[in-house]
Amino acid sequence: MRKIVFGLFASVLSISFVATNASANATEASPQQLNIYSARNEALIKPLLDQFAAQHDVTINLVTGKADALLARAKSEGRFSPVDIIITTDVGRLSRAKSQGLTQPITAVLPDFVTLQDPQQHWVALTTRNRPIMINPKKIAPGEITRYEDLLKPEYKGRVCVRSSTNIYNQSMVAAMLIQQGEALTLAWAKGLVDNFARRPKGGDRDQIKAVVAGVCDIALANTYYLAAMRNADAESVAIANQVKVVWPNQSDRGVHLNISGIAVAKYAQNTDIANQLITFMLGQQAQDWYAKTNHEYPVDPKIEWSSTLQAMGTFTSENVELNQVGELNAKALQIMDKSGWQ
Amino acid sequence: MAITSLRDPWFISALCLCALLGVPIIAILWSFTEISVPLWTHLIDTNLSLYIGNSLLLALGVGLGSGILGVSLAWCVTQYEFWGRSWFQWALLLPLAMPAYIMAYTYTGLFDDLGWFDSRSLVGAIAFMSLVLYPYVFMLAKTAFSGQQQQYQEVAATLGITRSAYFIKIALPIARPAVLTGVALAMMEALADYGTVAFFGISTFTTGIFRTWFGMGEMQLASQLAGGLALFVLIVLGLEKHSRRNMRFYQTQDLPVNKHSSSTVQPANPLTIQSPLSYYLLSAYCFTVLLIAFIVPVTQLCVWAWGTVQTIDVAEYWTLLVNSFSLAFVSSILIVFIALCLSYAQRFSQTKSVGYLTQFASLGYAIPGTVLAIGILQPFGWLDEQVNYIWYEWFGEYIGLVFSGTFVALFFAYCVRFLSVAMHNTQTGLERIKPNIDDAVLTLGRGRMSLMRRIHFPLLRKSLLAASILVFVDVLKELPATLILRPFNFNTLAVKAFEYASDERLIAAALPSVTIVIIGIIPVIMLTRAMKQS
Repeated sequence: MRKIVFGLFASVLSISFVATNASANATEASPQQLNIYSARNEALIKPLLDQFAAQHDVTINLVTGKADALLARAKSEGRFSPVDIIITTDVGRLSRAKSQGLTQPITAVLPDFVTLQDPQQHWVALTTRNRPIMINPKKIAPGEITRYEDLLKPEYKGRVCVRSSTNIYNQSMVAAMLIQQGEALTLAWAKGLVDNFARRPKGGDRDQIKAVVAGVCDIALANTYYLAAMRNADAESVAIANQVKVVWPNQSDRGVHLNISGIAVAKYAQNTDIANQLITFMLGQQAQDWYAKTNHEYPVDPKIEWSSTLQAMGTFTSENVELNQVGELNAKALQIMDKSGWQ
Repeated sequence: MAITSLRDPWFISALCLCALLGVPIIAILWSFTEISVPLWTHLIDTNLSLYIGNSLLLALGVGLGSGILGVSLAWCVTQYEFWGRSWFQWALLLPLAMPAYIMAYTYTGLFDDLGWFDSRSLVGAIAFMSLVLYPYVFMLAKTAFSGQQQQYQEVAATLGITRSAYFIKIALPIARPAVLTGVALAMMEALADYGTVAFFGISTFTTGIFRTWFGMGEMQLASQLAGGLALFVLIVLGLEKHSRRNMRFYQTQDLPVNKHSSSTVQPANPLTIQSPLSYYLLSAYCFTVLLIAFIVPVTQLCVWAWGTVQTIDVAEYWTLLVNSFSLAFVSSILIVFIALCLSYAQRFSQTKSVGYLTQFASLGYAIPGTVLAIGILQPFGWLDEQVNYIWYEWFGEYIGLVFSGTFVALFFAYCVRFLSVAMHNTQTGLERIKPNIDDAVLTLGRGRMSLMRRIHFPLLRKSLLAASILVFVDVLKELPATLILRPFNFNTLAVKAFEYASDERLIAAALPSVTIVIIGIIPVIMLTRAMKQS
């Protein structure tokens, strides 16, 4: 009896497996196909892709994953790779895709507000993401910390939390510092920061924010959208996130660290027309508004209104560096972090 | 020797299979053809010793932890009668369905709330991994202990050997291949783990591989590190095999004993009835392990999942479920079949090197899934290119990718990665059948097919079932290789759970995670039922 039940169960599942994948094949009869490798999670890209698909009568096929793994896949697939569009959440990966010869220039006419792009237009930024300092205002007085360099002060020994240097956001931050401050100062900064660590780096950005509130440390480095997401989540997260204050560092000099999420057309794209149309769409009002309101990222279009959470965090000046260089210096940045003992 | 090898069909087929399965491993080892001295110098100057030290500690810790838990629990349920014993026999396998990284996420979430202690340390990683990996040891040790002859115990008793001395001097050495197999599996899984250690911020060899690859963009150096890891495992496994080269572990006189015992209506292995205190003490021990390794995390996941259950898209969820199940189901059949073929090749072949071949082919288990996936993508990319050129010659058009980005790549990856899991079971199963049974059947004029069908399969049933279920659960939990190799628009539960978790949305990750556990439980229960019947 049990065997029969299991057999039935297995066959129902197998049939539905075949059916779902057959129906996926059937939709491929649609006139236009657009294949996307996305380092952005499905939940943070699919809603927009669905809108685009409906507006342009195109079938979108998506694979998500880690950026470098997807790039390695595109590379080994070579000229027969089906990928048309590459989406990443970090500038380092975009410049790496370009230097590995996996991209081609974007031919779409980009809006005037677009400034964050590759000089040869191999990639373009869709949103910006900043990495300010977050503090416990009960422990740190206003104006006490105004620069990233302030985190090295001896009074902050054992009071700083930041995630592992394996994380790409930290690597890009140090790479950007490397461009602006040079190797010696950057290494000294990293060493000083490590000296002030409250604990061995662990967890994600949200964990650093939680650690500040839990009293493990008083200062953290984290991307803004994590804090914004927490302020729009369940009551417990909101309560934690509201006890943390954002400090925009280096406002009188180089500005707060800036990274981007971006998009590129693949070198061997089959359908460059529709790929370029997608890029225009992603820079359009509808998509930009969605990122600003739903995912609390800063839109590249200055006309788009930020979410109220982002507005409450205040305005700021971002650093101005050549973004391709940030990508190129990623390895160097990691080596500096290795030397500083930042695990 | 060489000529006889080439005439040996078992050797030839094993060679072909292993060559095919060894392609990704060779692709990874191929990276050693170019060595960058400055990069290696930097690595040696900075983190290499940390990576090696932490990985060794992790592997040893997990080996020890899962070994102690697995053996002690197996000894309890096979030797003593205590409250809930028959229930614990299968329930203690349940943590198998729990991916280590999900365990880690759940417990840190729980401890963060309680604020007891910081579980995100090497000790925490060892504890969590031991808790989800001990069932490998438990399962194999249990079979080994319950298969041991009652005469041994009786003889030991007449010689005045105490129960504990019997365990150390007789039972454990006899169960050694099984126990070490389980421990080796657990250690290999710990060495290849990325999710847990990355989350805990522990610098191990695996996080080092990804740091080198993602951070420095040095794929080559990353492959070399992964290759080094694989070679290390190969050497350790080789040493273990070498150390027991002159030992053989068969079940002797299995049939007559059973016949005898059935006629006298006595179980082959009578259970010791304990004093009332230890009767409950043993239950308490088993229950505590189960509580920590399974009940608490699953309950926590269910609580979280319950909060998100209203927001899910039922159709999408069903697709995820079907995808995960079908992948795991098909792969388990495929992989166990391959494992069985290779185990038979090893048994029947006159060529000694078959053992080394299979050992090499099953190295995939110790290689982090992402690196293995790249080792598959590279040769598959080349193959696809050739196929397309040939196709163009014949038909005047390109066919596109046939291997990369299709289910072929995915199933192939699972075969390479989990062959080891299946092989260990089929091999230990076959090893326990005495070769003189084979000889007897063959002398009686029956062919090998008949030997397999009539004698081996009934005896192997448990091992085959265990192998397929372990593979099923492993594929169900598999993340990194699936993430890179899967076709367009194809997600699994593990992928979904990872996406939420990587976005630091642990609560949203609870539902797919708990579904993995539930689907994983079903075959585990089936396995134990089947084991009890036979």
